[in-house]
Amino acid sequence: MTTIASRSNHRYYIGMYLGLGAVTMFFAAFTSAYIVRKGLSNDWQTTMMPAILWPNTLVLLASSLVLGKARRCIDNWNRFNLWWLIGSGLGLTFLAGQIWAWQQLVDRGVYVNTNPSSSFFYLFTGAHGIHLLGGIVALLYISWRVWNSKAATSERTAVGVTVLYWHFMDGLWVYLFLFLLIWR
Amino acid sequence: MQVKLLAFTIWAITTVTVVLFAGKYWWFPESASSHGESVDRQFMYTLWVTGVVFIIAQVALGYLLIRYRERPGRKAIYNHGNNKMELTWTLATTVLFYVMVIAGQGIWYSLYIEAAPQNALQIEITGQQFAWNIRYAGPDGEFGPISPELINDSAGNPLGLDLQNSAAQDDLVVPTMAIPINRPIELLLRSKDVTHAFSVRELRIKQDTVPGLVIPIQFTATRTGRFEISCAELCGLGHHRMRSFIEVLSEEDYSNWLVEQSEY
Amino acid sequence: MAEVEATTHTVHEAPTGFWRKYIFSLDHKVIGIQYWLLALFSVTVGMVLSIFIRINLVWPGTEIPILGQLFPVGAPDGVMTPEFYLSFLTMHGTIMVFFVLTTAPQGGFGNYILPIQIGADDMAFPVLNMLSFWVTFLALVVLMAAFFVTGGPPISGWTGYPPLSALGEIAGPGLGIGQDLWIISIAIFCIAALLGALNFITTTLDLRAKGMTLMKMPLTVWSWFVTAILGLLAFGVLLAAGALLLLDRNAGTSFFIPGGLVVSDQIIDHKGGSPLLWQHLFWFFGHPEVYIAILPGMGVTSHILSTFARKPVFGYRAMVYAMFAIGILGFMVWGHHMFASGMSPYTAIFFSLMTTAIAVPSAIKTFNWLGTLWGGNIRFTSAMLFSIGFVSLFVTGGVSGIFLNQPATDIALHDTYFVVAHFHIIMGVASIFGMFAGTYFWFPKMFGRYMSESLGKAHFWTTFVGVYAVFTPMHFLGLAGNPRRYAELTAFDFLKPLEPVHLFISIAAFLTISSQFLFFGNLIWGFLKGKKAGENPWEATTLEWEIPSPPPHDNFAGKLPVIHRGPYEFSVPGEDKDYTMQTEPEVSQDKS
Repeated sequence: MTTIASRSNHRYYIGMYLGLGAVTMFFAAFTSAYIVRKGLSNDWQTTMMPAILWPNTLVLLASSLVLGKARRCIDNWNRFNLWWLIGSGLGLTFLAGQIWAWQQLVDRGVYVNTNPSSSFFYLFTGAHGIHLLGGIVALLYISWRVWNSKAATSERTAVGVTVLYWHFMDGLWVYLFLFLLIWR
Repeated sequence: MQVKLLAFTIWAITTVTVVLFAGKYWWFPESASSHGESVDRQFMYTLWVTGVVFIIAQVALGYLLIRYRERPGRKAIYNHGNNKMELTWTLATTVLFYVMVIAGQGIWYSLYIEAAPQNALQIEITGQQFAWNIRYAGPDGEFGPISPELINDSAGNPLGLDLQNSAAQDDLVVPTMAIPINRPIELLLRSKDVTHAFSVRELRIKQDTVPGLVIPIQFTATRTGRFEISCAELCGLGHHRMRSFIEVLSEEDYSNWLVEQSEY
Repeated sequence: MAEVEATTHTVHEAPTGFWRKYIFSLDHKVIGIQYWLLALFSVTVGMVLSIFIRINLVWPGTEIPILGQLFPVGAPDGVMTPEFYLSFLTMHGTIMVFFVLTTAPQGGFGNYILPIQIGADDMAFPVLNMLSFWVTFLALVVLMAAFFVTGGPPISGWTGYPPLSALGEIAGPGLGIGQDLWIISIAIFCIAALLGALNFITTTLDLRAKGMTLMKMPLTVWSWFVTAILGLLAFGVLLAAGALLLLDRNAGTSFFIPGGLVVSDQIIDHKGGSPLLWQHLFWFFGHPEVYIAILPGMGVTSHILSTFARKPVFGYRAMVYAMFAIGILGFMVWGHHMFASGMSPYTAIFFSLMTTAIAVPSAIKTFNWLGTLWGGNIRFTSAMLFSIGFVSLFVTGGVSGIFLNQPATDIALHDTYFVVAHFHIIMGVASIFGMFAGTYFWFPKMFGRYMSESLGKAHFWTTFVGVYAVFTPMHFLGLAGNPRRYAELTAFDFLKPLEPVHLFISIAAFLTISSQFLFFGNLIWGFLKGKKAGENPWEATTLEWEIPSPPPHDNFAGKLPVIHRGPYEFSVPGEDKDYTMQTEPEVSQDKS
């Protein structure tokens, strides 16, 4: 028999999955715009992938692993706290890396309006980055909440849905990265 | 009492609507193109089908209100539906509508999917804020090159014709157009700035003119006359006054018209 | 005696203090009323705009002093310029579609009634619910700001097609900052709508009380549920399109703007974009949007017809499947807005055949509404009148769609008043009738007082006849070729014979709009002086009619109901009442 508590937490996961469904449609629209625009005219010039994006992708993958680990250690506050902060740090590092990537493009004279290919590049990375920033805010918020109480178990659901969101953002980035790589 | 008034009102509205459609007080102008007759026939077919559905539904609604209004001592029947009826009317609707819609696709096919005949007279139409520019290829039958940099409305070169080029020199660019009757025409539709739409009611043609694209449409005019060209896609503050004319002339009159225009 | 299942806690404590109770409330009932009031404000603005639209069409060049004072640039000396007309037209469409039709039916009634009808004490996410409303409010503020910036509101229509909407001021007034505000407002609205959608879906899936199986949910709940699914999948695409348009306008990108453009003799420095790309993205959202606008009205209609015919809904299951069919098919037909756009004619045939499919579930619903009335014992309350009106209008608006869904017949009718007639009747009127019906029906529950039935009936009669008078003639304007979005009718010979029709429409519109004062007055009268209403004034069967009017903060006062019956058990044989509540336990006997 389900308790009121677990019945109550179920909803947060449903809500998060639904939200991720909406995010999927958003990026699906961008993807189809990309495919149409690329096929349209002959002004498409491949944008070279800034080198930093390769290690940066690994950073994001690592953050996902770390945060997943944190979630599994949620009953041990010290371990949880450590992994959670490392994961958040890796997330911030990823964002910094994205900005670095943009800087690498600007150094080459490639801006958002240089070419449709670069427009989509900035668009994809920027849109993903904004969503990821939202995730980071959630990560830091949870850190703040557990800091004083010295226990994370009360935040089990929040941690669960945040990690779900984070894994999705990770997967989304891998998809976008591969898409930009293959469909250039 | 009020119930009967409601039913009669619904029926009255239905009757007025039917009378207005039957009376054709405000209607399509008489068709001036060969495909126009097919289109009009498909319209009438649709009107009959939808008309019958409309009438039956509204009459039934009014009837049910009167017949099943609350009266003392009555009780409603306890009924959750009838699957057989559901299936029947679903199937009937599907067949009725699909037969009609599929029938109409042939007209669309012949207009837009079949290519224009080889001997079609090609005329290029370029919309802009807020006028139509009609270009004829001239005696050489070739449309000369154009480029945006050469566009100069005030100097009389709205399309940016490269006047150094011999193919362009005999092109005729005019604000109103004429075509010969009974000859296949292919219009090549373009736009200079925003999306417009070239529309002539009598010819039953309407097509967006999209910047960046050249969109061909074809038709054959079947009666002479002078018809208004209007814009049918919101294009800015002058959308309501993008007016021009298309004259359908006999072959002889058309040749004369071409000569006259070239003399300007 | 209905069973109850005790809760161990309420979702949130009853608030104290003015701000928490009425402004930043977490209570779905307060939020529902807030959405409803936002829609009421918006529909008033929308109607005022339409008054000026109708005045300008029949009496162009009229000096209207108040316009001259408020908008000295757009209407110098109080005379509406064509661009001013187009800006009003754009705002009319935008406000009505988003802030009326996408708020009240779902965010208004859905918010208030859905949790109660499934036996929950609030929505799944009360804080998110509050945010959804205030973000919607913010979107409205941003949109209204467009009236007051340089250049005024955009003139590109509620559909905002580029290049017109993408090129900036050079393509026309209002296309500068006004267009940017329009895009930003819609983007904000998208976010609010997405948050709302996920709340509705989660609530319906997760918070149903014991015994409230999916197939025992009222059709209103089903309609809000399907609508929310449509919203969840559609609004993200609109947001994406808006982002691309904003970039084209402000960052020099060319998603939608092709090369080689020359506007007013000036070469535009863009290349390679596609105006059709916008249309595909916009209408991929835009078509589901119109089902978002109408599905709640369908749910309310089914609910009210059954209640006042004292009969179960005819074909409940078919009604549910039909709603899903409409929803799913609604995502596959968007190209029927684009037959004349220059897209591939093969694609046009595909979309035409898909669109024909939607006629099938729509017909099923219409048959079933008639089937619900058949054999009934009909009570004619104001709510019932508006639901009956909905059926009539749905048929009328629906059949005109069949001309538009065939590309060959669409050629002559595309972008004419025939289209205007079609979507106003089906969206603007039928949907509004759903809202009126819902208001008359649930007002006693929300405020513990009846609205005046006499005023309600007068409102129904004037509005029902009035809307037919306004919109029926528009079909004929369309047949005669009267194009849409024309600021003036003076430039074409073929428009001259249509002037008397326009005059008739404008007068009918003024009268119909005036009769809405009956509604406004009734709301105020009902709120202040209406006869007190008990728990179940309409002798209906669903859960909201088992709680006090108005309901307590947590709806069921800590005692969640247990459901045993379907939602429309009226006139059950052997019962002495002609209605049986959903919580009424089953007696062991065969059901008929």
